[in-house]
Amino acid sequence: MKIVVCVKQVPDSAATVVAENGQVSWGDAPLVINPWDEYAVEAALKTKEAHDGTVTVVSMGGENAKEALKHALAMGCNDAILISDPALEAVDTQGTAQVLAAAIKKIGEVDMAFFGRQAIDGDAGITPVQTARVLGWPALTLAATIDVEGDTVKVERSIEEGRQTVSAKLPAVFSLVKDYGEPRYPSFMGIRKASRAEIPVWSLADLGIEAPAAVVEWPQIINPPKKDVTCEIVEGGSPKEIAEALVDKILAEKVL
Amino acid sequence: MNTWVYIDNFKGEALPASWEAISAAKSLGGSVTALVFGSGVEALAKTAFEYGADEVLLADDASLADYRVEAFASTLSKLAAERAPDVILLPTTTRGRELAGMAAIDLKTGVLVDVVALELDGDKVVATRPIYAGKLLQKTVCNATPQIITLRGRVFPKPEAVAGRSGTLTKVEAAAGDVPTTVEGYAETEGGVSLTDAGVIVSGGRGVSNNPDLTPPDGMSDEEAEVWRAQQGFALVGDLAGVLGAAVGASRAAVDAGYIPYSHQVGQTGKVVSPDLYIAAGISGAIQHLAGMRNSKIIVAINKDPDAPIFKVARFGVVGDLFQIVPALTEAFKAKLGK
Ligand SMILES: Cc1cc2nc3c(=O)[nH]c(=O)nc-3n(C[C@H](O)[C@H](O)[C@H](O)COP(=O)(O)OP(=O)(O)OC[C@H]3O[C@@H](n4cnc5c(N)ncnc54)[C@H](O)[C@@H]3O)c2cc1C
Ligand SMILES: Nc1ncnc2c1ncn2[C@@H]1O[C@H](COP(=O)(O)O)[C@@H](O)[C@H]1O
Repeated sequence: MKIVVCVKQVPDSAATVVAENGQVSWGDAPLVINPWDEYAVEAALKTKEAHDGTVTVVSMGGENAKEALKHALAMGCNDAILISDPALEAVDTQGTAQVLAAAIKKIGEVDMAFFGRQAIDGDAGITPVQTARVLGWPALTLAATIDVEGDTVKVERSIEEGRQTVSAKLPAVFSLVKDYGEPRYPSFMGIRKASRAEIPVWSLADLGIEAPAAVVEWPQIINPPKKDVTCEIVEGGSPKEIAEALVDKILAEKVL
Repeated sequence: MNTWVYIDNFKGEALPASWEAISAAKSLGGSVTALVFGSGVEALAKTAFEYGADEVLLADDASLADYRVEAFASTLSKLAAERAPDVILLPTTTRGRELAGMAAIDLKTGVLVDVVALELDGDKVVATRPIYAGKLLQKTVCNATPQIITLRGRVFPKPEAVAGRSGTLTKVEAAAGDVPTTVEGYAETEGGVSLTDAGVIVSGGRGVSNNPDLTPPDGMSDEEAEVWRAQQGFALVGDLAGVLGAAVGASRAAVDAGYIPYSHQVGQTGKVVSPDLYIAAGISGAIQHLAGMRNSKIIVAINKDPDAPIFKVARFGVVGDLFQIVPALTEAFKAKLGK
């Protein structure tokens, strides 16, 4: 079983992020592997363990994306590839999908490509389906369970209405949700191995593709308008009194 | 402007955000065409007219019986290639997001995802979307046509339905193609109000397990006893939700501790919600939780810690024990709402 897992390096979810002169700034908050992608790595490793095989972790980004790759290596991935090219600086999800699809093709004979459900910086959540479409592979997104038997895979997807069970033939693209199960922590040995890993860097030329056209642009990034809420603390002599006062105030807001 | 609106439906039932997209489409000016895809979904076309669609493109075909994104995307892409709409709007549901993503690849265009405001600059739509879990807003445009945009639910107004209003119904062919996936079945979750569509949400956090007055049944491990306590706490949250016709939400800490299934989680790695009223009980208000609910119209916080960050986003707060306040609120609402 040849598995690829795609990960992105993002600012920590607890970072204070602001727009400064139209640029995104997260101060000195740490960059981390996108939290959703840890579930994807976990699923890739579990599948590899159950079916024998290898897991290659891929990230498109700058030099610092190597840290996300190393985290995945430390969790147990076999090897890592960084895709980096100055022409990819303002790439949109369509472009990312073209590039990741080209990388998956170049790696060759891939059976399963795992993704996180969403990157917590751009919050798009469409790269997995777009990559699947470029590859012409089925997209089994929001998977909570994955069962492989021979060249057939069955997944339970977490959708609005509950769980949907879908099957398809491999190769296929998957995105993972939290229901899959908590990602493992990197082991001590894994961390040592990852810190010594030489990570190859592929450019667009290595992938044999042109820079994808940027169809989506974002001319402006702004701080959201400050909401002026002052919290009115409701007090009273007993829970009943407090509750009655609070209910009156809520009803006065006419939101019910 | 020729704007299409995809009516997201599950087994013939439209998701409310689809109708909101019709009012967003109207705000762009020009004609509004609703897309109704599925099997046995003709009734939805009638509803789409009532909500304001001028035209409906109806692809009603057995090959579209079970939603499979590949089949729906091929149908949408073929229609769009033939008829060249300027803009395609979809609700940011699971299906809407994926359909938009795939069709954009087919049509060599882009998607503006989870948009909360639209404005026009000539024939370009400038869309505003939250990024970094709403810590920033991005103004974004699509340089190709059709401009594909998914809209966040409960942001655009739901149009008034006008009974008997009608328009041009055009039946079109499905173009499912070879669909690589088979839907084997569904296990629907416990009923109740869906979080993302809810007008009112009552959420519980780790605090719901913190009732020292409860004595768990004999023979439980500490962990089981904690979950048992939490379930009693969530029962109180559920009672309040019941009186208000509200959905039940939860913090990640409550979900991770096994108090309640993940489908109830609100926040950055759960659901992003924007109800008119959000009541948080025993939730501290971590930044990742706020990311999912800070756009609620009125936030009410019940927490025994006066310094809990949730009070910074709340309109009303009670500093107190949720095990006393929540049941009292349920009773007070019952009385005042005449239930
Ligand atoms: C990558 C990442 C993603 C995350 N995503 C999410 C997410 O999507 N959603 C989310 O919610 N969190 C998320 N978190 C977790 C988040 O950081 C917090 O840990 C979590 O929200 C805390 O939940 P809580 O408020 O229920 O628990 P706590 O922080 O433990 O707060 C419990 C609160 O209950 C109060 N309390 C206790 N007993 C009572 C009582 N009897 N009466 C009244 N009040 C009481 C306490 O004063 C306290 O304020 C994420 C974290 C990370 C790192
Ligand atoms: N630059 C990237 N490099 C590798 N994987 C990515 C990249 N961007 C997005 N992905 C993958 O696509 C998923 C969804 O991203 P997005 O569509 O941007 O929200 C992420 O969770 C990753 O698995």
